[in-house]
Amino acid sequence: MAVDLEKILRPEDHPMPPFPAKYMTLASGEQMVIRQVDRDEIPDILQYVAPLVNVERDFYDVVAARLYSEILAYSRHRYQDQYVLVAQVDGEIAAVVNGRQVTPNLGMSLHTVALRRGLRIGAHAFATKMEYHMDVLGHDEVLIVAESPIGFRRWMIEYQLEKRFGTPHELGGVPSWSLTRELFDRARDTLVVGRRPVPDELLAKAKAGILPPSDPPTPPADLLAATRSMYDSTGTALMAQRWRQEVEHA
Amino acid sequence: MRDVYVAGIGITSFTRLEYPLAEIAAFPAMLAMKDSGLTGIEQVYVANMGAARVNHQTALASAVVDSLSLTPAGAASIENGPASGSAAIKEGFLAVASGMHDIVLVTGAERMREVNNLEATDFIATLTHPLAEYIYGVTLPSHAAMFTRLYMEKYGVTERHLAMVAVKNQNNAMLNEFAHLHQPITIEGILDSPEAMTNNPYVAEPLRFFDACPVSDGGAAVILVSEEVAKSIDRPLVRIAGVGQATDTHAVHERENPTDLLAVRRAAELSFGMAGLTPSDVDVAELHDAFTILEIAESEEVGFFAKGEGHIALEKGETALDGRLPINPSGGLKGKGHPVGATGVGQAHEIVHQLRGEAGARQIADARIGFTCNFGGFGNNVICLTFVREN
Repeated sequence: MAVDLEKILRPEDHPMPPFPAKYMTLASGEQMVIRQVDRDEIPDILQYVAPLVNVERDFYDVVAARLYSEILAYSRHRYQDQYVLVAQVDGEIAAVVNGRQVTPNLGMSLHTVALRRGLRIGAHAFATKMEYHMDVLGHDEVLIVAESPIGFRRWMIEYQLEKRFGTPHELGGVPSWSLTRELFDRARDTLVVGRRPVPDELLAKAKAGILPPSDPPTPPADLLAATRSMYDSTGTALMAQRWRQEVEHA
Repeated sequence: MRDVYVAGIGITSFTRLEYPLAEIAAFPAMLAMKDSGLTGIEQVYVANMGAARVNHQTALASAVVDSLSLTPAGAASIENGPASGSAAIKEGFLAVASGMHDIVLVTGAERMREVNNLEATDFIATLTHPLAEYIYGVTLPSHAAMFTRLYMEKYGVTERHLAMVAVKNQNNAMLNEFAHLHQPITIEGILDSPEAMTNNPYVAEPLRFFDACPVSDGGAAVILVSEEVAKSIDRPLVRIAGVGQATDTHAVHERENPTDLLAVRRAAELSFGMAGLTPSDVDVAELHDAFTILEIAESEEVGFFAKGEGHIALEKGETALDGRLPINPSGGLKGKGHPVGATGVGQAHEIVHQLRGEAGARQIADARIGFTCNFGGFGNNVICLTFVREN
């Protein structure tokens, strides 16, 4: 009985060609590998994404919470036709991107999370995701939304995405933007980078295990939260007053 | 004139700050007061460029002096473009040197990330000539790009030299806990690798992404005092020995030779002349590298190197942390950040830090004479300061 119910609950994935791993040199001179991960590696990623749910900065909280639920559902067979790519530097997780195939011609970009900020790590990971949709899955169009201003700059502005505002995106039902093949080809030379094949040693290190990020995004400093007030959010005035009292009464 | 000393320093991180502008100015001021142990501030100068336009706030000094409970001290805001910070220090210097005041607080602050990068770039561009430059779409990156192209053709500076400045300063910033950019970069990653053009695209050719400073929020403060006050407290004696300010044409194209930064040259001469020192006496310098080319050009104009040879000194490593004359150990504007109104005060903060021997991993050994160049406009209003450690 339970097995039969699982058959009903579990969506049947359509076959999707795998993403061929690639690597690139970052501005720091480090090599970053981007590769597809299967369900067995998702638990490792989940533990690194989870803390970001509490990072109330640049919409990390919203994006991390949604990504967490998406890839958890993927690993537990509750999400259809999803893929997950991970970017690693020296084995450390640097970014996670995911998306799904809606039809053989249409892709749905889900999320891009940089677990190490700067160096275009998130932008490289997003470009790689688009490369997978266009060059490997053969989609004509990918529907995209941004939840943060950074995402808007990186996707809508840099790729000059077209509006598909009549089509709700799967993420929150908000109006979609579209990356067409023509737009992707236009961006290919400037925004889409990477080399193949990945040197054996580099790929082996990445596959050996997804290591935790050494410098993950953190919540904004909450300076002197105990002394916060409406007009003194850092507590500067209170600190100054207290210190003056200390000095003057010493 | 009386001698003027820096008795206290304070700084915020240069980054994106999520609290009001007045507090960005007040917080480092409080740290500077605490550093000096002085509370009897008689006059406050607040350096800022964009409060009215970017933050919808005027009369910033009145807000800051109240925030710090320093009323009824005098207070005034100083707006002098990107040279606002050093202009405020100059005013503070004059207030003490003249004998009018004994203890003056100078704090600089900017909150530029309240708006997006396009608006921030436009805000900075308002310092250009309104009729000869701004209306044609001139921005500071485009100004710097044209300047760089001329410099390359005339003196043989290459994109590799610019990248060397970026790498040096951004790696120096790794040693500065207050710096905006904590990302090491390499020549391979930003210039030589197949991905370099994407990692480091042209912003305004020949300038690339990593040739420009970040848009930063931040604040920095110094307490300036008379000799009598300075010697009454238990802090290292760092004296402002030289102050030089000079101007040049507002519109860059009106200059006889646009690659000559005459205001930098003149301000440095005045500063060194007042201090009775020469460029060769300097142990450590903070130059205004809003764009990488400016560090090279300023290092020549202030007299550290012959005209056209700044990039050669860079190649030889003379300006590195362990070089003959370390430039921008803080990371400079390039790595530490550029909250415009605070920048000049931030430069002074770093030099005092260095001369006190408190700069930690980026400390220049035995530094006793320091120098700052705060470059306003596109070189049309420049202030150079010379600092001497006395004890």
